[in-house]
Amino acid sequence: MKKHLPKLITILALFVLSALIVLPAGKGLLLEKPIELGLDLQGGIHLVYEADLSGVADGDKGATMEGIMGVINNRVNPLGVSEPNIFVQGDNRIVVELPGTELSDAQKQRIGSTALLVFGEKTENEDEAVWTNSLGMWKPATAEIDGVVYELTSSYFKENTYVSTDQFGRIQMNFEWTEEGSKISEIVTGRLVGKSLGIFEGDSALLGDDGQPIAPTVNTVITDSGIITGLSTTEAQLLSKQLNAGRLPVSLEVIYENTISPVLGADFVDLSVLAGVIGLLLVIIFMVAFYRLPGVMAGLALIFYVVLVLAVYKIVPVTLTLAGIGGFILSIGMAVDANVLIFERMKEELRAKRTVGAAIESGFSRAWSAIWDANVTTLIVCAVLYWVGSSVAAGAPVQGFALTLGLGVLASMFTAMFVTRTFLRSLIGSSYAKKLNLFTTETGEQHA
Amino acid sequence: MPNIIGKRKLFLSISGALIALSLVFLAVFGLRAGIDFSAGSMLTIAFDTTPQLSELNAELDNLGYGTAIVQETGTEDFMIRLPAITDGEKNSLKAGLTAALGNLTERSFETVDPVIASQTSRVALIAVALAALGILLYLTYAFRRMPKPMHYGVVAVAAVLHDVLAVLGIFALLAAIFGLEINLVFIIGILAVIGYSVNNTVVIFDRIRENKLRGVAPTFEGVVNRSVGETLIRSINTSLTTIIVVLALMLFVGATIQNLAVVMLIGIIVGTYDSVFVAPAILVIWDNLDRRRLGGRVTA
Repeated sequence: MKKHLPKLITILALFVLSALIVLPAGKGLLLEKPIELGLDLQGGIHLVYEADLSGVADGDKGATMEGIMGVINNRVNPLGVSEPNIFVQGDNRIVVELPGTELSDAQKQRIGSTALLVFGEKTENEDEAVWTNSLGMWKPATAEIDGVVYELTSSYFKENTYVSTDQFGRIQMNFEWTEEGSKISEIVTGRLVGKSLGIFEGDSALLGDDGQPIAPTVNTVITDSGIITGLSTTEAQLLSKQLNAGRLPVSLEVIYENTISPVLGADFVDLSVLAGVIGLLLVIIFMVAFYRLPGVMAGLALIFYVVLVLAVYKIVPVTLTLAGIGGFILSIGMAVDANVLIFERMKEELRAKRTVGAAIESGFSRAWSAIWDANVTTLIVCAVLYWVGSSVAAGAPVQGFALTLGLGVLASMFTAMFVTRTFLRSLIGSSYAKKLNLFTTETGEQHA
Repeated sequence: MPNIIGKRKLFLSISGALIALSLVFLAVFGLRAGIDFSAGSMLTIAFDTTPQLSELNAELDNLGYGTAIVQETGTEDFMIRLPAITDGEKNSLKAGLTAALGNLTERSFETVDPVIASQTSRVALIAVALAALGILLYLTYAFRRMPKPMHYGVVAVAAVLHDVLAVLGIFALLAAIFGLEINLVFIIGILAVIGYSVNNTVVIFDRIRENKLRGVAPTFEGVVNRSVGETLIRSINTSLTTIIVVLALMLFVGATIQNLAVVMLIGIIVGTYDSVFVAPAILVIWDNLDRRRLGGRVTA
């Protein structure tokens, strides 16, 4: 017992540390945050957009996707979602994860619509009005060239917009028209000298630093280039980046959508906790009934395992999905496998009339290669799963499962080889170790 | 020591029958692809006053969604599988159902585009193939000191495929009875079965490796039989503890994770069976074939 005191203290300390990280549930004394829950458990929206990159040169695809991501980021921010997660997946997909949110259809659409500034002129005709704001009613400014009507939009910007300041230190976003844009602009601005030109994005006006719609007055005919003033530095820079990407002929389409109500997510968490606790208790009862004293040790080690794994989830951190919880609960069942292997070995040794101490030692050392090989193969499968999850649009559950199962396998190896072994070793030499019926359900006759 | 390997013909026949039956089930019932694999929408709703399934079905028919498949989740929610619908269509559907059956709450809504669906199917196949390759390579490496290391890898992979096929077949039967569809969670289940199955097989192979090197029996068949017998209780006990937690998952968490639990449950039982009764037997048969080919002069 004394020989193993340092190890027992280490185990106890590790247990207390883990418990303080995990408890109280949802907060944790040492690490004050709850375990991160996936969208399927806390509710929220998972959207996947696919960009049509057919018109983009191969070399520009990466930059285009980054530009689109910037646009989407900009559109999601005003929605006030606490921790939006937006990332590019593969070559042409953008994943948008909005936890704990419900969005209207219009909001969802706006997130994915292509970045495009449309220039507008005032109209008195209510039927023609596309936008209405504090400045009046607006319609797109158009020009007719050779019988074709063109709208003046940022799709005729060159890809080189940039932000600068004028002599008074005011922010301005500079753009240049393409050849075609220059012709349209010439006609439009020629017609609108002295009048305002509104700038719109989607279904509302582009807002300036002061919160007012941006609608500069046309002073002169614009043919080559122009500036937009009134934006804040960050907005101007963002807009400039977006336009450089957004003017590309790229459209976005929703190819995957998953919305889960927060209520449903909370239900899952409650039910999973119930399933986990009941599963855990039943496994412990089984182990004690079958393996007696070592079973008790395995049960203690299993409780240690559960607390340790939950602490690891919190530290890594692992985003727990429903499938991830499935993987975790499953790992509880599999975690005792190493113990079962060892205990069966011990029984064999006892049958061969070894002492309890020798049986414990050789049980552990001889079970090791089986534990190692079996777990490495399981880890290989987890690695494959994790990789697969990263390449499927709806793959978060797959990755969650792979991660929780993989971490479970690693933790169970540690628990079996360190915790259970120390527990059992500390029994050697004590009076318990002499009572064979504590170690096996088989009658003691053959051991004498 | 039970003579399990001695009865290998019996156990192989059972496996053969199981595989044949699985193939029949797959051919007859097929697997109904859920929206993750065939595109479409899945709407989960809960009513303030839970209606009869037949009432809901009739109302869906009324609203022009006669092809919708409805499944009760066990927590008074209804999962409605539809062709791909837009948010607008979803809202008018909800309005229609509210008018006929009373207030309802949308619990979840999922829409999958055909592009994603076909990609998911392809990736699932790649995953199974990669997992098999990884297992084959690792086991061949781990058993490199044995006379025929490849045998162990190949047999373990064959055992995995055996399990996957049996799970698919039995699931097809259950799906036909209970109206289950395969989804991404199902694939997770299959991959978990692969992990579990190979884990189980490796433990027994490991014992064969140890016993062979120690020379516990004069023949390879004797070595294998003894190894299987020595690990039998461990195989059963590990299966039991895992089955316990899978049952807990199945009974308490409900429909969303049902596929995972059902697949795991079948997989654990089939996987344990083949690890104990089939995979080691195939090692022996293969060894015997080699021996015969070499003129029967090679000793264990």
